Amino acid sequence: MSMQLDNGSRAGVIGGGPSGSLLAYFLLLFARRIGLDLAVDIFEPRDFTKAGPVGCNMCGGVVSESLVQALAAEGINLPPEVVKRGIDSYVLHMDVGTVRIDTPRHEMRIAAVYRGAGPKGMSDTGWRSFDGYLLELAKGLGAQVINSRVDSVTWDNGRPRINVRGGFSQDYDLLGVAVGVNTAALKLFEEMGIGYKSPKTTNTYISELRWGQDLVEKHLGSSMHVFLLNIPRLEFAALIPKGEYVTLCLLGHDIDGPLIRSFLEAPPVRECFPLDWTQPEEFCHCSPRISISGAAHPFADRVVFVGDSGITRLYKDGIGAAYRTAKPAARTAIFRGVAADDFRRYFWPACRAIASDNSFGKVVFAVTRQIQQRRYARRGVLRMVSREQRARNRNPRMSMVLWDTFTGSAPYQDIFMRAIRPFFLGRLMLDVASAVVAPGKGTG
Amino acid sequence: MHIRALGKVYEDGATVVRQGEMGDCMFVIQSGKMEVVREDEGKETRLSVLGSGDVFGEMALFDRQPRSATVRALGQARALTVDKKTFLRRVHEDPSLAFRILENMSKRIRSLDGELAQLRSSLGQPDNNRT
Repeated sequence: MSMQLDNGSRAGVIGGGPSGSLLAYFLLLFARRIGLDLAVDIFEPRDFTKAGPVGCNMCGGVVSESLVQALAAEGINLPPEVVKRGIDSYVLHMDVGTVRIDTPRHEMRIAAVYRGAGPKGMSDTGWRSFDGYLLELAKGLGAQVINSRVDSVTWDNGRPRINVRGGFSQDYDLLGVAVGVNTAALKLFEEMGIGYKSPKTTNTYISELRWGQDLVEKHLGSSMHVFLLNIPRLEFAALIPKGEYVTLCLLGHDIDGPLIRSFLEAPPVRECFPLDWTQPEEFCHCSPRISISGAAHPFADRVVFVGDSGITRLYKDGIGAAYRTAKPAARTAIFRGVAADDFRRYFWPACRAIASDNSFGKVVFAVTRQIQQRRYARRGVLRMVSREQRARNRNPRMSMVLWDTFTGSAPYQDIFMRAIRPFFLGRLMLDVASAVVAPGKGTG
Repeated sequence: MHIRALGKVYEDGATVVRQGEMGDCMFVIQSGKMEVVREDEGKETRLSVLGSGDVFGEMALFDRQPRSATVRALGQARALTVDKKTFLRRVHEDPSLAFRILENMSKRIRSLDGELAQLRSSLGQPDNNRT
């Protein structure tokens, strides 16, 4: 049986989030370039035009600077109705002070988006879901979207067969799995007999705070607000402006109620919030799980796992990882073949690169945790960044290391290598020493 | 709508890239129009008008030559910068990322071929160098 996609072949993609839509998009784009007649079905039960949980894929909704540029180079320009807020800077909040760090080019190159149609009760309707936009791109190239939940995946004469509720069944020459890690459907694939084991996960916390357009503009502007606080189990916290709403995003280990309360009561966080604002009793919030390791065997003959269900980037730029796995999966399937060996040779290196970069990410976040726990270290970092920002330094080393760490704009390995350069370490040591000797509160 | 758009706003007549300067990025127009002009001996010639989705400045990513023309906003326009380092790092991982740029360059060569043939024809010179 041929392990190549030929004219008339069918690919089935389970999941219509960014990884599924991008997999379908690139499969069809590459097929069109070489004149291959390929049919692609995307199975997605969510309706991205509906507000609230029914149309949401539970995510902080930040498209990184590097992904915005890569998509632009691909000819995919995010339109204003998809971008809830262009981000051109971030503000780092610590108990020892606050500093604003601008994008290297003073340009809106980070997109704050809603994966679905936004929080329930949203009054602003002149915009579109990010996931819905990517799904439309895939449809534009000919993908067919089947709005049904997949019941089971079986094998039929060596080909994967997708069975959905209501009795529809179809055999495929290629099965793309792009379901994320917040679904029971992952079990279906663990039971397929291909050795797949889903990634390890941890839970996070995301909530949508309705401040109103004016207060969002006044308190957050066009900056993402990042918090480096000494709260156990909290790795990262951010407030992301999105029109009349602010997305609060907490990442770490087993985020629970007490941790969320500690965060909201921390003085640097309270200073960011409007004085008279109170959380309504009902608001959109969720505790989605995020992947913190890669899946075992994310490919087999005629099967490939992309995005979170395969491997993703540690803590940051999950949408970027969806792009970085979906495209090589599509390239392999169209130009090489759909055998496990093809995926091992041409798709797996992309997954391995993300896994290897995540190892550096673990070190970067371990160092960040050490800084979080030591007041003198936080003062040293604040001093170094504040000086760079005041001087409009041509080579703002610490600012860029923090920028890339918090925005997911550069590989962790790159950040790590920059952070161990002697000049960087020497400068940081001097600033930490100064912070110990003269512990004045610095501001940016 | 500005707060929702990506890139940077250029007001009418603002120069985005200047002929003769070295460049370390390319641009993708997000909205509005921009004109490409060539300056020779104090005289300006408009080479083209670009619109939303068009790419310019990409030659600077592949060679180390100064910008070959000036690009200015025609009315208010918005463009997104793509850094040379970011782009080339991605291209080394995934050469197919350069496909759109090649398409763009190919389109421009076709257009230049047409204009060259027209120019030669108007000067009465037969085009016997190309096939």
